[in-house]
Amino acid sequence: MTTNHAITSRIQQATEVDVDLCYQCGKCTAGCVLADDMEFPSSYLIRLLQTNKEENYNKVLQSNTIWLCLNCENCIGRCPKEVDIPRLMDYLRTESIKRKCVSPNAKPILSFHKSFLNSIRNTGKLNEINLIAEFKLRTMRLWQDVKLVPSMLVKGKLKFLPETVKNRKNIIRIFNRTIKNTK
Amino acid sequence: MSKIGVFICHCGENISATVDCERVAQEASRLEGVEFATDYKYMCSDPGQTLIKNAIKEHHLDGVVVGSCSPRMHEATFRKTCAEAGLNPYMCEIANLREHVSWVHEKGEATTRKAIQIVTGLVSKVQRNKPLNTIKVPVTKCALVIGGGIAGIQTALDIANCGQKVIMIEKSPSIGGHMSQLSETFPTLDCSQCILTPRMVEVAQHPNITLYTYAELDKLEGFVGNFKATIRLKAKSIDYSKCTGCGLCTTKCPNKKIPSEFNEGLGMRTAIYVPFPQAVPNKPVIDKENCLYYQKGKCKICSKSCPTGAIEYDKPDELITIEVGAVVVTTGFNVLRTDFFPEYGYGKYKDVITGLQFERLASASGPTLGEIRRPSDGKIPQKIVFIACCGSRDPAKGIPYCSKICCMYTAKHAMLYQHKVHGGDSTVFYMDIRAGGKNYEEFVRRAIEEDHVNYVRGRVARVYEKDGKLIVKGVDTLLGAEPVEIEADMVVLATAGVASKGAEELAQKMHISYDPYHFFAEAHPKLKPVETNTAGIFLAGACQAPKDIPETVAAASGAAVKVVSLLSQENLVREPIVAVVNRCAPPLFSTCVGCFMCETICPYHAIEHEEIKDRKTGAVIKTIAKINPGLCQGCGTCVSFCRSKSIDLEGYTNEEMYTEVMALLNH
Amino acid sequence: MQGTSREYNESVKALAPFFDIELTDIEDWNCCGATAAHSVNKNLSLALPARILALAEEQGMKEIVVPCASCFNRLSVTQYELAQDNELRKKITETIDMPYEGTVKILNVVQFIDQYIKDKLIEKTVKPFDYKVACYYGCLLVRPHKILKFDRVEDPTSMDELMKMIGSTPIEWGFKTECCGAGLSVSRTDLVAKLSGNIVKDAADRGAEAIIVACPMCHSNLDMRRPEINKYLKEDVTVPVIYLTQAIGLAVGADPSKLGLQRHFVKVTTL
Repeated sequence: MTTNHAITSRIQQATEVDVDLCYQCGKCTAGCVLADDMEFPSSYLIRLLQTNKEENYNKVLQSNTIWLCLNCENCIGRCPKEVDIPRLMDYLRTESIKRKCVSPNAKPILSFHKSFLNSIRNTGKLNEINLIAEFKLRTMRLWQDVKLVPSMLVKGKLKFLPETVKNRKNIIRIFNRTIKNTK
Repeated sequence: MSKIGVFICHCGENISATVDCERVAQEASRLEGVEFATDYKYMCSDPGQTLIKNAIKEHHLDGVVVGSCSPRMHEATFRKTCAEAGLNPYMCEIANLREHVSWVHEKGEATTRKAIQIVTGLVSKVQRNKPLNTIKVPVTKCALVIGGGIAGIQTALDIANCGQKVIMIEKSPSIGGHMSQLSETFPTLDCSQCILTPRMVEVAQHPNITLYTYAELDKLEGFVGNFKATIRLKAKSIDYSKCTGCGLCTTKCPNKKIPSEFNEGLGMRTAIYVPFPQAVPNKPVIDKENCLYYQKGKCKICSKSCPTGAIEYDKPDELITIEVGAVVVTTGFNVLRTDFFPEYGYGKYKDVITGLQFERLASASGPTLGEIRRPSDGKIPQKIVFIACCGSRDPAKGIPYCSKICCMYTAKHAMLYQHKVHGGDSTVFYMDIRAGGKNYEEFVRRAIEEDHVNYVRGRVARVYEKDGKLIVKGVDTLLGAEPVEIEADMVVLATAGVASKGAEELAQKMHISYDPYHFFAEAHPKLKPVETNTAGIFLAGACQAPKDIPETVAAASGAAVKVVSLLSQENLVREPIVAVVNRCAPPLFSTCVGCFMCETICPYHAIEHEEIKDRKTGAVIKTIAKINPGLCQGCGTCVSFCRSKSIDLEGYTNEEMYTEVMALLNH
Repeated sequence: MQGTSREYNESVKALAPFFDIELTDIEDWNCCGATAAHSVNKNLSLALPARILALAEEQGMKEIVVPCASCFNRLSVTQYELAQDNELRKKITETIDMPYEGTVKILNVVQFIDQYIKDKLIEKTVKPFDYKVACYYGCLLVRPHKILKFDRVEDPTSMDELMKMIGSTPIEWGFKTECCGAGLSVSRTDLVAKLSGNIVKDAADRGAEAIIVACPMCHSNLDMRRPEINKYLKEDVTVPVIYLTQAIGLAVGADPSKLGLQRHFVKVTTL
């Protein structure tokens, strides 16, 4: 067990979340709807961070836990120490992208996010057709939701002509100043 | 002409290692007014004290300065030494050369200079000191005990058995408190009422104890040794001198659907009621809020059926005044109810209950006669879940502290359940197990190893109801945080211990401190656990912090001793370091103008009004402030506040302090 | 809300005339970024909603109603964070190239109804929505409570109250605020099937004749993904899912076609 707090201090600086507040009661995990499907659940993740060990931190960043987390806020709603797990998850996700160690089985989720954001970058509003098209290309799930198309057309739920924000330049500038690229 | 003696102590090496004590004594001997100065290795020892006493006698000293450790250590010692040599003890001052000099500085010239400076300042001051005499305050030989639970009962019996008089008041109709609601106590599984009721009866029958039930403190005035308490005796609607306790009225009362407080809402009582069969006194009261006569003017069946005509409607509350020398607060605690918990159903699920409600189910005198049954349908639960730490250790819910007793009583509940429901399945969700008392750890292990209670380390996120079952969603953190779901028949919450209802108002009435959770404040957390900061008021039991029965009883006996030591003195001796309003010759009488700003800021309510009257006519010339030396604690706030500078502090007068400061500066 | 959740938009707009309310769209609004933005870049996730709020301020709007619970959540969180941290606010204002004061009041559709419609709701109800309903709040409408300060986190009741007013019987059930699977609808449809499946099953088991929602994401997961849900549950559950605004619309006598009920995947004909 290391006695330095390099990893947890860095996290606290970036997110204001102090993982040392957690006393491992497990209430977050008990209430997490996807705990069974994650590699390891939220309270376990916090414990890995608390050890301040580099290999445990890598385990966290490489897990699918951070990508499956829906940010539904059930955990912080019940946490007795008010540890802001959703905020922590957002940070861990960006770190995971930065270090290029996104879990392989979570890649489709990230692909969806990227396709979503690209659609917004292009038009300022979400265009579902472009979103799905790009998602399929990224993930090669070419038959994804193909069955839905006919019924959606009949119900008038598909918009073919993308609506664009007039001040597109503004949107592109916003993207350039923040995320820069969504490769 | 002053004759001061200066005695510099080496304190072994504590002072002499950094301060040149010999030189300090030499410099002191050269100061104006100093008749004799010396240094010695251990001034507080027998030979050291003898040295001081001999010097006082030989050199006819009229003032002494001892350069030693903090006055908090040995001021009392050296003052006693001076008194034994015939010198007024308040002519002795202590120069703190240890905590203020040697322990905080390096050895060197500057350090020794500082020591010399401090001694010089005090030599100047002591020449302005006046001899003072301790203040004697008479003591009323009676104690008031507020609260009739096990703490109050133990205290009252201990004080009464020492031959002192006790008045006990209890706000509910019977004494006994929460202990009377328990089924069995840990770690011995003694029947709670069996060990309690003999003491309850002893209190009622003790010649030195006067018991008032259904009574509350209305007002408390006065000071240590001389309190005046106003007690409100709530109207019981029954003349206890006529009532025989036959109980006929309670069988006739038509309003039978009032949730019983004693049974924590799980059973019913009537409007005219005795809270439980072993109540002391075993006579009923009428609950005016739910009585048909008081609410609607009808009924009166109890009055018609009472064989001795003891019912007396429409009597007002009675206020009585009593004089006591000491007060002990033993008002106990409460537990949170299930409606406090959003994730466990906001109190709407009947089969989610508190630990105290479980006690009533398990108790032979309870609503189910000791059988564990679901409040919703009366069936015996085959699967039961106990959730520890409900509310406790939870800063998000505003209760960061641990309630201490829940780990133990949860183990007890699980064991009782296993004993009563053979083949039943019980699970305890816990965070830690706090079992520090004697035989406590063994008790919890018994639950796990012999009674096969399942202990799962993890908390429960939520409980909801489906098809008559309670779905419990918890987690097992020892298995890598694996979610655990249980379909239970009953869920028992070990809810947090909190201050009893009305604690804040009571503390304010009595001018005692309390913490943010409304638990009363002890004077010192380690060394004064049963005293408050208000002289003459003591506390014991869970009103100070959640605690179990053995600790409560120990604290109660401790408080009793403090009370008896106070009451057994003819007079209370108090330090004369008190504030005094000046008096001078007529026609001024005092520079005090009677603005009473001091009265508004005195934290001890020690300021009184004194009327200066014309000797011949008796007319009031002016009203000035007078400080009650029995209450004054010598804090000096009024001295600094007084706009006409009419107040001074004995032992630390303006002149004395000014002289000391000037001597320090001019050195 | 012009694509897959078109009917939500329609039903909100359809209600307005019944209660003398005029609704204006924010000119040139953009997407708030939803889950994708905050999962990937914090500043982007604050900039996109900030732009919307800045536009609303520019257009003189004091209050905006945000029917989508996710957008409501993102806008409220952005407003809160920018109010707490001056440095951050400066940075985001520079990023969006627009002035930002943070003065717009953000209402979700339930708050909107509470404020502008509730008082007249009972009197305007001509066709009581006399069914047993399960009110599904979803996760983002009531959490985090510190920021949204709306209803209560466990067992909220605001939608239930409104449904009672139009003659429904809201049932007690255990999944009022459990997440439906949200943004994983496309990338992990299997998980959505499980989460939404549990929700639909609990409602159906307790006799709900309709599930009332206030979020288009939830609606999509509970409605459009019903085939996957049924596969997961190994049974065919036919309980329809309708928007709160649609239920109210029906109750006050709006034309059902204007409410977009025909666009749902799970047939609403049982009602």
